[in-house]
Amino acid sequence: MTDKLAQPFQQAKTAEMAQGMLEQEVQGRSLWADARARFLSNKAAMVSVVALALIVLFSLFGQSLSQFDNETIDWDILGNVKEAGRPSIENGHFFGFDENGRDLYNRVVQGSRISLAVGIVGAVIAVLVGTLYGATAGFIGGRVDSIMMRLVDIFMSIPYMFVLILLLVVAGRSITMIFVGIGLTAWLDMSRIVRGQTLSIKNREFVEAAIAIGVPTWRIILRHIVPNLLGVVVVYATLLVPTMILTESFISFLGLGVQEPLTSWGALISEGVKSMNYGTLWHLGFPLFFFVVTIFCFFFIGDGLRDALDPKDR
Amino acid sequence: MNDQSPLLSVRDLKVWFDVKPQGAMPWTAADKLKAVDGVDFDLMPGETLGIVGESGCGKSTLARAIMRMVPSEAGTVLWLGNDLLTLSKRDMRVHRKEMQMIFQDPLASLNPRMTIGQIVSEPLKTHHPNLSPSEVKERVREVLDRVGILPNMINRYPHEFSGGQCQRIGIARALIVKPQLIICDEPVSALDVSIQAQVINLLMEIQEEMGLSLIFIAHDLSVVKHISTRVMVLYLGNVVEISEAAQLYRAPGHPYTQALISAVPIPDPKAHENKEVLILDADLPSPLDPPSGCVFRTRCPHAIAECAQSKPPLTERGNGQQVACFVL
Repeated sequence: MTDKLAQPFQQAKTAEMAQGMLEQEVQGRSLWADARARFLSNKAAMVSVVALALIVLFSLFGQSLSQFDNETIDWDILGNVKEAGRPSIENGHFFGFDENGRDLYNRVVQGSRISLAVGIVGAVIAVLVGTLYGATAGFIGGRVDSIMMRLVDIFMSIPYMFVLILLLVVAGRSITMIFVGIGLTAWLDMSRIVRGQTLSIKNREFVEAAIAIGVPTWRIILRHIVPNLLGVVVVYATLLVPTMILTESFISFLGLGVQEPLTSWGALISEGVKSMNYGTLWHLGFPLFFFVVTIFCFFFIGDGLRDALDPKDR
Repeated sequence: MNDQSPLLSVRDLKVWFDVKPQGAMPWTAADKLKAVDGVDFDLMPGETLGIVGESGCGKSTLARAIMRMVPSEAGTVLWLGNDLLTLSKRDMRVHRKEMQMIFQDPLASLNPRMTIGQIVSEPLKTHHPNLSPSEVKERVREVLDRVGILPNMINRYPHEFSGGQCQRIGIARALIVKPQLIICDEPVSALDVSIQAQVINLLMEIQEEMGLSLIFIAHDLSVVKHISTRVMVLYLGNVVEISEAAQLYRAPGHPYTQALISAVPIPDPKAHENKEVLILDADLPSPLDPPSGCVFRTRCPHAIAECAQSKPPLTERGNGQQVACFVL
């Protein structure tokens, strides 16, 4: 009985709702939103994101957990690091002492900061320069493309490790020089990848449509080409960060990179390897742990992004 | 109709592409692929010109050459008295808003990363950069409403629409700057038959409302017959016949057109069985090395010696029919 009475009322309500729906703007689901949903459901990638976030937090705020700093030398420990300098929770030296009697925990915090900065700055330079350079060359095509890409070929044919070492020797070993050196070479691969993608995108009909409309070239590149190749760029950039960190570590391992009193994961690992014979394995273990975990995290995230952004693989 | 001056007047338009032979050295001269080889036609205001021909005959290239999206080798494209081919890029941009284009693949012609509102407003923002965002939005909603897309969909993305809806959005994008000419490059060949009819009727309604001219490219002869005032038949980059639509279907002049018309299926199995289809011998010759004289002579049942000597000019046959043939 009550149902029948309720019916006309409900009909009016439905009509009202329908009218409301017509007026309200429907929010669309972009390809980015789809990709985000796929990424969030990837367990390995999400665990990596959390782990990486913890490492970043550690590098930024790790110092406030410890009552010591990264410079003070504990003269009582010096010379007896193997026995007295072990990692211990009680005395507050969580990671023990390094070979010079400094608190290793704070040294690792400092090293993480520099290694992550090198990786991220290198990747950002690669993304910005490489994307714009590659997209411009690919879209304009013809002679401009040939000249721009031959230039990249020439840069690539010079062994970059040699250039980097030369740069560090000639201009002095400093953190700025490492940024410059890595930035100089990192965008080359990126520009090639982007150019290849641009060549395939520029023949798609929506680009033709934009040309027919009369959209200026730079706007076609920024609005139509770049957003459509950003997926590839993001994936490559996440894989580039660990490569940058590895490069910096290698340079530092050789002793040419970051100089004392600054440090990085590579420099710490290098010192750890030197003192391995004296039985102080924690010198190697702690920096290596952060290094390996970070690299793994980036690789898993890169993998997850690739799966999320490239729907063809599903 | 002839007392009006034409909106678009194409004379002797040639589009040749350089094609390097396989294994060529860098210094060897490229072969010329004659995609469009000397096309003449006039388009009157409010008229629909259908362009038909088999795959690879230069239909799309002709359209792109008129829009100056591919470089032309020679000829003139007079648009309201200006030769589009000699204009500077900047001057050409001014004229682009007067002619718009609709593409074959509805989904591919919309940028997947942009919302419908952004896509449709792009021509407006390009040609009228001073409009306020609310004015732009108003115009977008208006034009979407006109083509039958709910205006509250402007925040949706192209992949959320069906093919027919995408083509309507493509039409909306072309209409928003109020052009005088729309070039439709096979706008319905990727759609279902029932959707084809909707889209074509929409185009015809809009044409009537706005007094548009259309250049309608298709390979479906019945679709072209339905929408066109006049029809141009292309073969290997050459015009073989231009004629009033009804006349062309009633009495095709050129042997190639006759073969094309005879191949149109009749939607009645009995009538279709008794129909005589003219089958052409041989394949389409390569546009890299077209036959001398009349390009159709290698497949023409009526070819005579003269056909190999020189190219037959388009000649008036009465009833608004122009045919390029020596024999018929």
